[in-house]
Amino acid sequence: MTRRTIKVEGLARVEGEGALKVVVRDGAVETAELKIFEPPRFFEALLRGRAYSEAPDITARICGICPVAYQMSAVHAIENAFGVTVTGPLRDLRRLLYCGEWIESHTLHIYMLHAPDFLGYEGAIEMARDHPKIVRRGLELKKAGNAVVSLLGGREIHPINVRVGGFYRTPRRRELQPLADQLKWARDAALETVQWAAGFDFPECERDYEFVSLRHGDEYPFNEGRIVSSRGLDIAPSQYDEYFEETQVERSTALHARLRGGGPYLVGPLARYSLNFDRLSPLAQGAAREAGLGITCTNPYRSIVVRAVEVLYACDEALNIINAYEEPERPAATVQPRAGIGYGATEAPRGLLYHRYRLEADGTIAEANIVPPTSQNQASIEEDLRRFIGSWLDLPDESLRHRCEQTVRNHDPCISCATHFLRLELDRAQ
Amino acid sequence: MPKPRRLKLAVWKFASCDGCQLSLLDCEDELLAVADAVEIAHFLEATRARVNGPYDLSLVEGSITTPHDAERIQQVRRSSRFLVTIGACATAGGIQALRNFADVREYLSVVYARPDYINTLATSTAIADHVTVDFELRGCPINKRQLLEVVSAFLAGRRPVTPPHSVCVECKLAGNVCVMVAHGTPCLGPATHAGCGALCPTFHRGCYGCYGPMETPNASSLTNWLHKLGMDDRALQRIYRTFNANAQAFREESEKHDP
Repeated sequence: MTRRTIKVEGLARVEGEGALKVVVRDGAVETAELKIFEPPRFFEALLRGRAYSEAPDITARICGICPVAYQMSAVHAIENAFGVTVTGPLRDLRRLLYCGEWIESHTLHIYMLHAPDFLGYEGAIEMARDHPKIVRRGLELKKAGNAVVSLLGGREIHPINVRVGGFYRTPRRRELQPLADQLKWARDAALETVQWAAGFDFPECERDYEFVSLRHGDEYPFNEGRIVSSRGLDIAPSQYDEYFEETQVERSTALHARLRGGGPYLVGPLARYSLNFDRLSPLAQGAAREAGLGITCTNPYRSIVVRAVEVLYACDEALNIINAYEEPERPAATVQPRAGIGYGATEAPRGLLYHRYRLEADGTIAEANIVPPTSQNQASIEEDLRRFIGSWLDLPDESLRHRCEQTVRNHDPCISCATHFLRLELDRAQ
Repeated sequence: MPKPRRLKLAVWKFASCDGCQLSLLDCEDELLAVADAVEIAHFLEATRARVNGPYDLSLVEGSITTPHDAERIQQVRRSSRFLVTIGACATAGGIQALRNFADVREYLSVVYARPDYINTLATSTAIADHVTVDFELRGCPINKRQLLEVVSAFLAGRRPVTPPHSVCVECKLAGNVCVMVAHGTPCLGPATHAGCGALCPTFHRGCYGCYGPMETPNASSLTNWLHKLGMDDRALQRIYRTFNANAQAFREESEKHDP
């Protein structure tokens, strides 16, 4: 038997801390395990006894990259428990805020975390020495997303303006106009980003994923919809716990989610795109086709192109919302606490984010359950590694290690979120 | 004249949400200039490239919550000329310090089916509880303008200018109507460290103290006012126990309202 050992300690260009262990025996991958050693922060435990109104502020702190997603899943879950439905301009403003977060988070991943893998750089700062215009375009595009979040939320990270029922203060129509100019530029830059990313070399790696995402009657999904899968699942968010389960594995402080009686599944841009292509705007559909994408995408390395298509869509949608915006009479719907259980599922940039709260009559949180996208994707990321690494075993250790890291980064794992990730240990066991 | 050696900057993460180090990447207009002015020697969120220490300036995000991290911060200190903590986790323990007021074993059992797989400390503590800290930058998250000020100040060899007055002063500078006086909205602004630009009152809500206590706050007087506005002991304890729950002034004030 032959054995070879490679270690990567501290995976770079992901959000949070973890490691990867791969065991290769006689030229075949035996196991591939993601190890997550991000220290647990116990959000589900510390939310108990807090007021319902604090949930959007507290859960935002799970992730500095996608705080809006946590705020959105929290407010939808609590509104579900209280029988409140937010409609009209307040609903549109939530969608606009989410557009901002998708633009900011996806652009960070495309330009700063993922593209350096394709172009052979250690990071975006090193990439900027040879490609200054491209990196500046990325930064400017990211800035446009952050401008949306700041204007509506008060600041880019941990916005302060989201509340159960709506907002604390809603913007005047004229306040949104400067954003429109910035977003028109951003829409062009996003289209260039799709074309740029489509030109990278992608390994021929297709996977038969079970995709899971929200699907809405007539919109590309952000805040609302049914949970559907590419193998026929079609349920309300309130049925999530009946169909999905979380289990704990020794190597990870992040729980693993699976379909009950099924296997690993994938959430995120690939799933959303493949299940909702028909809901994209004509501009985004056209750009996707020109970039060589079909109506589904099962090559995780191409996720960078799919993210760029979603950024384009988000710019397009944000402009539509701004153009149609009518100032609401009140910044929030009336909220009357009552005892009950509420369910919320929204589309974080990295995929489906599920929250469930059990609330007491006065609105105190009695129990909280939060399932972030990276927890759901851990098993699929490990499966990607098992499937793909086999054909690269002839590579020298450093190249193979880099390829493994890239395979993980395809899914933009957010380890801070998942630990409620990466040291690579490659064991070519004797 | 020979070009001076560029200062080596390192960014370290402990228990946190990544938001404060993201603030550096959120300086879209300045990031490339910063990367030109300093050598980014260790910043895992941004680059695989790693340069060995010692480092001239270490920015530390996150709190100490595991035995391993309690060791690691000692190594970071030994390899750093200046150590600056960034954000509420690193300066006060963060939201995860709520465990300091609870039983961490009970917390473990709520989140994990196999608590025995998890190695965690009973408390979440600030970096300054473990090593000497040269400067603390407040906020949950930090203000990126203040972060640039800190990096610029260390490049120039001076103290960073980050006013220690209360959020109230920022409100006055912004020309806001006081939400507490005019609308009876409970607000932690009078006791909270400036730096956010009085964001919450500007959006018609009360400050929730994410920058932590100001220098010498009169929290007990503020508590009297909040009580008059209808907050009971439970609500008062909650308002002081959020992202800076373990900062001394907020911790002591919250403990007065133990049931």
